[in-house]
Amino acid sequence: MGLISSGFGGRRRDDNPALPPGQYETDGFPVLTAGPAPDIETDQWEFFIATETGQRHRWSWDEFMALPQDDVTTDIHCVTSWSKFGTSWRGVSLDTLFDEVETAFEFTMAHSYGGYTTNVPLEDLLGGKAWLAWEFDGEPLERAHGGPARLLVPHLYFWKSAKWVRGLQMLSDDEPGFWESNGYHMYGDPWREERYS
Amino acid sequence: MWRVADVVSTQTETATARTLGLRIHGLMSSVAGQHVDIRLTAADGYTAVRSYSIGRSGSGDMIEVTVDELPDGEVSPYLVENVQVGDQLEVRGPVGGWFVWREENPRPVQLIAGGSGVVPLMAMIRAHEESASTSAFHLLYSVRSPETMIYRDELAERAASSSKLAVEYVYTRAVPEGWDRSPKRLDETTLLEHILPASDAPDVFVCGQTIFVETVADWLVAAGYETSTIRTERYGGTGGTS
Repeated sequence: MGLISSGFGGRRRDDNPALPPGQYETDGFPVLTAGPAPDIETDQWEFFIATETGQRHRWSWDEFMALPQDDVTTDIHCVTSWSKFGTSWRGVSLDTLFDEVETAFEFTMAHSYGGYTTNVPLEDLLGGKAWLAWEFDGEPLERAHGGPARLLVPHLYFWKSAKWVRGLQMLSDDEPGFWESNGYHMYGDPWREERYS
Repeated sequence: MWRVADVVSTQTETATARTLGLRIHGLMSSVAGQHVDIRLTAADGYTAVRSYSIGRSGSGDMIEVTVDELPDGEVSPYLVENVQVGDQLEVRGPVGGWFVWREENPRPVQLIAGGSGVVPLMAMIRAHEESASTSAFHLLYSVRSPETMIYRDELAERAASSSKLAVEYVYTRAVPEGWDRSPKRLDETTLLEHILPASDAPDVFVCGQTIFVETVADWLVAAGYETSTIRTERYGGTGGTS
């Protein structure tokens, strides 16, 4: 425990075991991005997974929609200290997308329309832990929140859930993405408060 | 890593905003545009953390943060109303390597602030003014009224005396006496009239509430500003856009 701030009582509105250390709960859905939101039409959209053999698995929007869809309700935690409980999403499990992908590499770099990147270990994308989400609260995902589709990796800080995602590049070694090159943690576990590098 | 900071000065900026001068133990330097996290701890160990933009950065262990009190805030009311010179706070950072301006950057710079979004942009203006950089700096500051303007006198003085800084204001609710326009929300035409043209290829920094930042960034892209030159930062942790 650190210094006591004399006269500070706090709101105690965050006395909740579902809240990771240093987080507070919000009912809103704040936005955190580095620049303008790209404008991607679904007929221009595609998602890829590129492996070490040079093979590039691709899905058009229609192919993506034809895959089995999951409904996911989960808590999300932003590195800027807000958490939002019980958010509901619809999307395709990364397990489904990786079904047909063969790779020995253990790391990925997510690439987004607009140039944003973020690194996520493959094991954090598999095993029912991550989705490619296109619906939020029963509505198509808004552009400001990453639409048409974003990664959803809710067990990591939310910057890992790349907005406007367009694909995953398999990597042999872990490499920093955009925020990770700008002072943020390589992994980003909210329960260990891995905010900054 | 949390560090101890001594509160060495306080200055009232507006009815709701106050600047705290902090000496952070062990800090070597900070870059204009960065933020810090501030942690408050109650007597029973309960803690609350929020992020605040740095308004004055540079070499050494001193920074200034300017905090605007949120009506329903948990940390900001304490920082604006309770903290006194001689108190100590816990600070993490400074953080951020993207929404920053460095002296080596030779490009012209257009800053666009909504309300208290001016704080990190002021850090850039101060750094630029105190540097040997001769690049052009322009600030467009959208604010509700003259009374809610942070750094009002300093901006006016700097704009009057500096050959490399220009400041433009847009008032959305109330204008100063003698102002030749009515108050009006910032719109696309007004924005583009008051900023460096896309043909100057400026680096653009936009900071304000989420809706302000989203809207301005979209107008900039539509007007031909290169997406990769537009850097954005939002405040108001719970101000949603959905």
